[in-house]
Amino acid sequence: MSNTEHNPRPRAKAPAGERVADWADGRLGIYGAAKKNLRKVFPDHWSFLLGEIALYSFVIILLTGVYLTLFFKPSMAEVHYHGSYVPMQGVVMSEAYASTLDISFDVRGGLLMRQIHHWAALIFLVSMFVHMLRVFFTGAFRKPRELNWLFGFLLLVLGMFTGFTGYSLPDDLLSGTGLRFVQGAVLSVPVIGTYLAMFLYGGEFPGTDIIPRLFAVHVLLLPGLMLGLVVAHLILVFYHKHTQYPGPGRTNKNVVGFPLMPVYMAKAGGFFFLVFGVIAAISAVFQINPVWVIGPYRPDQVSTNAQPDWYMGFSEGLIRIMPGWEWVIPTGHTINFGVFVPLMVFPLVLAVMALYPFFESWVTKDKREHHLLDRPRNAPTRTGIGAAWISWYFVMLVGGGNDLWAIFFDMSINAITWFARIGFFAVPILTFLITRRICLGLQRRDRDKVLHGRETGIIKRLPHGEFVEVHEPLPQDQLHLLTQHDQPKPAELPPPTDGHGVRRKVGPVEKLRVRINRGYYGPKAQIPKPTVREYEEITSGHGHH
Amino acid sequence: MSSETGPHETVSDENLPAEQGAEPGTAAEKANGNPFADPGLPPHDDRIQDIDERAAKRSERTVALLFVVSMLATIGFIASYVIIPVEQYVYLFPLGHISALNFALGMTLGVALFCIGAGAVHWSRTLMSGHEMVQDRYPIGAEEDTKSAALAAFGDGARDSQLGRRKLIRNTMFGALALVPLSGVVLLRDLGPLPEEKLRHTMWERGLRLINENTMEPLRPEDIVVGSLSFAMPEGLEPEGHDFHTEIAKAALMLVRLEPEDIKDPQELDWSYEGIVAYSKICTHVGCPVSLYEQQTHHVLCPCHQSTFDLADGARVIFGPAGHPLPQLRIGVDDEGYLMALGDFAEPVGPSFWERG
Amino acid sequence: MKKLSARRRHPLAAIVVLIFALAATGGLYAAFAPAGEAQAGETAAAQSLAIEEGKKLYAVGCSSCHGTGGQGTSDGPSLVGVGAAAVDFQVGTGRMPMQAPGAQAPEKPRMYSQAEIDQMAAYIASLGPGPAIPTEEQYGTEDLSGEEIAEGGVLFRTNCAQCHNFTGEGGALTRGKYAPDLTDVDAKYIYEALQTGPQNMPSFPDTVMPEKEKRQIIAYLHQVNSSDAKTPGGFKLGGYGPVAEGLFAWVIGLPILVGVTVWVAARNAKARKS
Repeated sequence: MSNTEHNPRPRAKAPAGERVADWADGRLGIYGAAKKNLRKVFPDHWSFLLGEIALYSFVIILLTGVYLTLFFKPSMAEVHYHGSYVPMQGVVMSEAYASTLDISFDVRGGLLMRQIHHWAALIFLVSMFVHMLRVFFTGAFRKPRELNWLFGFLLLVLGMFTGFTGYSLPDDLLSGTGLRFVQGAVLSVPVIGTYLAMFLYGGEFPGTDIIPRLFAVHVLLLPGLMLGLVVAHLILVFYHKHTQYPGPGRTNKNVVGFPLMPVYMAKAGGFFFLVFGVIAAISAVFQINPVWVIGPYRPDQVSTNAQPDWYMGFSEGLIRIMPGWEWVIPTGHTINFGVFVPLMVFPLVLAVMALYPFFESWVTKDKREHHLLDRPRNAPTRTGIGAAWISWYFVMLVGGGNDLWAIFFDMSINAITWFARIGFFAVPILTFLITRRICLGLQRRDRDKVLHGRETGIIKRLPHGEFVEVHEPLPQDQLHLLTQHDQPKPAELPPPTDGHGVRRKVGPVEKLRVRINRGYYGPKAQIPKPTVREYEEITSGHGHH
Repeated sequence: MSSETGPHETVSDENLPAEQGAEPGTAAEKANGNPFADPGLPPHDDRIQDIDERAAKRSERTVALLFVVSMLATIGFIASYVIIPVEQYVYLFPLGHISALNFALGMTLGVALFCIGAGAVHWSRTLMSGHEMVQDRYPIGAEEDTKSAALAAFGDGARDSQLGRRKLIRNTMFGALALVPLSGVVLLRDLGPLPEEKLRHTMWERGLRLINENTMEPLRPEDIVVGSLSFAMPEGLEPEGHDFHTEIAKAALMLVRLEPEDIKDPQELDWSYEGIVAYSKICTHVGCPVSLYEQQTHHVLCPCHQSTFDLADGARVIFGPAGHPLPQLRIGVDDEGYLMALGDFAEPVGPSFWERG
Repeated sequence: MKKLSARRRHPLAAIVVLIFALAATGGLYAAFAPAGEAQAGETAAAQSLAIEEGKKLYAVGCSSCHGTGGQGTSDGPSLVGVGAAAVDFQVGTGRMPMQAPGAQAPEKPRMYSQAEIDQMAAYIASLGPGPAIPTEEQYGTEDLSGEEIAEGGVLFRTNCAQCHNFTGEGGALTRGKYAPDLTDVDAKYIYEALQTGPQNMPSFPDTVMPEKEKRQIIAYLHQVNSSDAKTPGGFKLGGYGPVAEGLFAWVIGLPILVGVTVWVAARNAKARKS
C-alpha cells in the first residue's frame, strides 16, 4: 500500500505521489481501501505484539531460508569432505551435510544466515505458543474468532512440522536419529505401518530419498500452506478488528487505540526491525545447532542428548515415559503400544487446545460476540484448564529432557521418568485445582477492593484507641474495571415435568453439559461481584473500615 | 464519583463525542448514579514533546541519530564482509574462540536493524499523535435483510442450475469428482517398494566374519576381554559402498564378553562363544543404536528413550519403552580362529511392526 | 559389583593371585633384566622401594575398601590385575579414594601427589599384570594430520558419543550414574580410561582399539571440546544440543523480545508538570 497519497498541500499540478496513486487507483481501486483502512484503529498493549513476534520471525525465516537454498544441496549422495573445517577432513558424508558445512565455513555470512534461520525458527514457535496462550487466557478465541483460533492453531502445528523437517535436512547425526525415530514410529502403525515406512523413505531406512523429499516439503509445501494461513489469519484480525482489554471507555462495541497510519505503521513496521535486530544479535553471539561437531549421520552411531528442537520436546517426552508394551495379538500380528500410544496421544495433546473454543461455547451456549477480553481470574475454570494444559505440556517436556534433568539435578534418570509417568496424570489435575483456587482468591480480593477500597498502608489511631488501616476508595475507572465482567447464571436442568405434567426427557449429553456449565458458573466457580446496593450500603453506612 | 473530565483543557474534541456516544448505556447509568459505570476514556494528557518544542527537537535528533547509527552499522557490515577472512577466529570472553566474521556480521546487522526499529518506534511514541482514537464496531453477522437477499440469490442460482431436479447429472457428477482424485493416489504407489521380507533379514549369514568397526579387521575371540565393548559389522560391507547405510542400519552389532557363569539365559549362553555375546545394536523400540554399556551391571541403555536391556539375561528389557529384547546373533569361530556369524538373526532387528509376529 | 567381589573371595582366588603375582614378578624381571647390569640394579632397587612406599600408602588410604592385599572386599573391587594405569587414573583424577558411597565415584581434587600415585601404582602393578601408565608417546597427538584427527571423530562417534555426547559434554546413565564431562581432561587420563574401563565404562583394549586410534580420539576431542576448541557460531550453550537451545529461546530470547514489546506498546511519559 502506498503511503504517499495523502498530501495536504494544494498545488496547481497534482504531486507525483498523487499521480502514481491515481494511476494505481484506476486499476486497483486503492482509494476506497485506503479510506477505510488507513486510519483503522488498533489497541495498544504489549501482549498484542506477541503474535507480531511470530509474524516477523516467520518473515525472517522466509528471507534467510531463501538464501540458504542457494547453497544447500538436498542430496544423500556420499562424498568425502574436503572443505575448510579440519576435524571433518576426508570423512564420508552426504552432500546435504557437506553443503551445510560449506554454508557454515566457506560461505561468508552463511553461518550467520543459518543461525538466524534456526534461532528465528525457535523464537517463531516460542512466540506462537505464547501468543496462543495469551489468546486462550483472555478468552479472545470466543465468537467471532473461533476460526481464526483454528488458523492460528494450524500455523502452530505446521510450524512444528516445518521446523522438524528443517532440523532434519542437514543429515547430521542428531537429525538422522530423529528420522530413525520417525521410521520406528511409522512402523508401529497397525496393518499399514511397514507400507507407509517403505513409501515414506523410498525403501528401507535410511535409503537415499528422504532428504530430497523433506526438502521439498520444507521449502515448498509447508511454507506455502503457512503463508496462505498467515495471510488469512491477518485478514481476519483486520476484519474482526482487534480485541481490547476492558477499561474505562473501552466497550464491546468500540475499539480504542491508535491509527494504522502513522502510529501503527511506525510501531509495527519498526517492531519488525527490532525483532530482526534482536535475532541477528543473538545469532552473532550464541551458537545454534553446530552440525560440524554433531557429525554426519550413520545409522550405527548415536550421541546422548539425542533430542529434537524444543517444540517437539513434548512428543519426545511422551515416547520416553511410555512403558514398553508390545502385544502379539491372536492373529499373530504385533501391536507396539510402546510407540503407537504416544503417536496417538501426540495429536490429542494438541487437539485439546484446538477444540477448546468449541467445547466452551457448547458448555456456555454463549452466542454473543466478544471483543472485550476477559481477565483470566474472571474465568477460573478456563484459566484452570489452560494452566493444567501448560503443566501437562511441561511434564512431557521434563520427560523429553530426562537425561539432562538427571545430570543437572544429580538425580536418577529412572526416577525422573517415573515422576513424568505419574505426573502426566496427576500434575494437570493438581494444577487445575490450584489455579482455580488462586483465581477465586483474586476475585475475592477484587471484591474487597471494590467494597472497602485500596489498602493504603497508613495506620490511623481512632479516638478510642483502636488502630485501623486507612482504606482509600477506588477511583471510578478502577471500580468499573473490577466490576465490568459478566457473571452468567449457571445452567440448570429443566424441571422434570413440563407445564402439563408430562415428563420431560433430558438426554445424558445435556445432563453432562449442565454439570460442566455449573463447573464454570456455579456458586463454587465464581465469587459474586459486588452489586451497587452492597457498595452503597458500605460506603454510605459506617464509613470505610 | 466520577472525576468529571479533569482539569485539563487539552482534551481532544475529536475523541470525546465518539467515546461518549459509543456506549449508550453509560450516560443513562451515570444519571442513575451507578458507581460502577464506565467513566469513559480518561482525558488526554499531553506528552512533553506536545507542549515543549525543545523536547520535540530532542526526540527528532534521537530518531535521526538512531537512523544514522543504522547506516553506519550497515557500512560496518559491508566492511566486515570485505575485510574479515571467513576462517578468522577471535577469542572473546566468555564466548570462546568464535568466528570473527560471524560475530561482526551479526552484530552490525543486528544494530543496523534494531536502530531502524528503535528510531521508528521512538518517532511514533514521541512525535506522532498521542491521541487515542475510538472507532465503532459493527456485528460480524449480516442483518436480516442482507441474509434473506443472499439466500434468495442462492436459491435463484440453484434453481437455474436445475441441480436439484436433474438427479442423474448430480449423481454422476459427484461420482466423477469422487473418483478423479484416485489417479493422484495411485501415482503415489512408486514412492517406495513393498515391504515384503525386507525388514526380516539382515546381511548376516553363516560364515561371515565379524569386522571390528574401528580397525576394519576381523575380530578374534581373544581380542575381546571381559568389560570391553566393541562394535562389529559383517565382512564385505564397505563404509563407502552404496548400500552401507541401509545395511548397517540393520546389521550393526555390539560385542561384549561376559563370564560364562554370569549369563543367566541358557539360549544366550548357547549362542555365545566363550562368553562373547553379539547383540544387535539397533534398539527394538524405534531403532536408535543402543550402546551405553555399563560394564559392571551388564546393562545397556538407549540414549534416545532410555530403554535398558540386561545383556546378561538375554537382553531382557528392564526399563523404558522398548517392547522386546535385542536380537542376539549366534556366533562361532572359523578355521582360522576368527569370529564369524552362524547365521542371520533369528528374528527381525529394530523396531517392531505389524507383521513381525 | 557385589557379585564380582564375591567371586574374588572364591577359595581359588588366592591361588590365582599367587599365579598372577609370580607372573608379575617374572614380567618385571623380564622388563628390567635386559637393560644394562648396573642400571638394571638401580632401577630394580628404586622400583622395589616405590612398591614398598606404595604399599604403605595403600594400607592407609585404600585397604579399608579394597582389602589389605588388594584382593577386594564387599565395599570395593579387587585391584589385582587392574594395572598401574587404573591407579593413575582413579587416584590422579581424584575419583579414589571415594569420599562417600554413591552411584559412582565423582571426579574431585586429587589427594595424592603424582609421586605418591606412582608409588601406589607400582604397588598395585606388583599384585598382578595390567596396563602400565601410558607414556607421552602413547597419548601424544602432535604428529596427527587433519584427516587422522577427523577419523578420530568418526571413532569418537562410534565408541564414545553414545555416553559422553557428541562433543564429550557427558551424559546420564541408569540410576544416577553418568558419563562424565570430558572438557579439558588430560590426554593421559583419557588414554587410561579407554584402556582400563573405569567404573561402569567399558574398556577399549588395544586389541579392539589400537593405540593410534586412542590418540586420534584424544586429538579430536581436543579440537571440539577444550578451552582451545573453536565454537565459530558463538557461545556454545553447554554443547548439550537442542534442549539447551530451546531453553535459551524461552528464558533469554523471549524475555528480550517481550521487553521490546513492552517498550513499543508503553505510553510515553506524560507532561504532568505543566
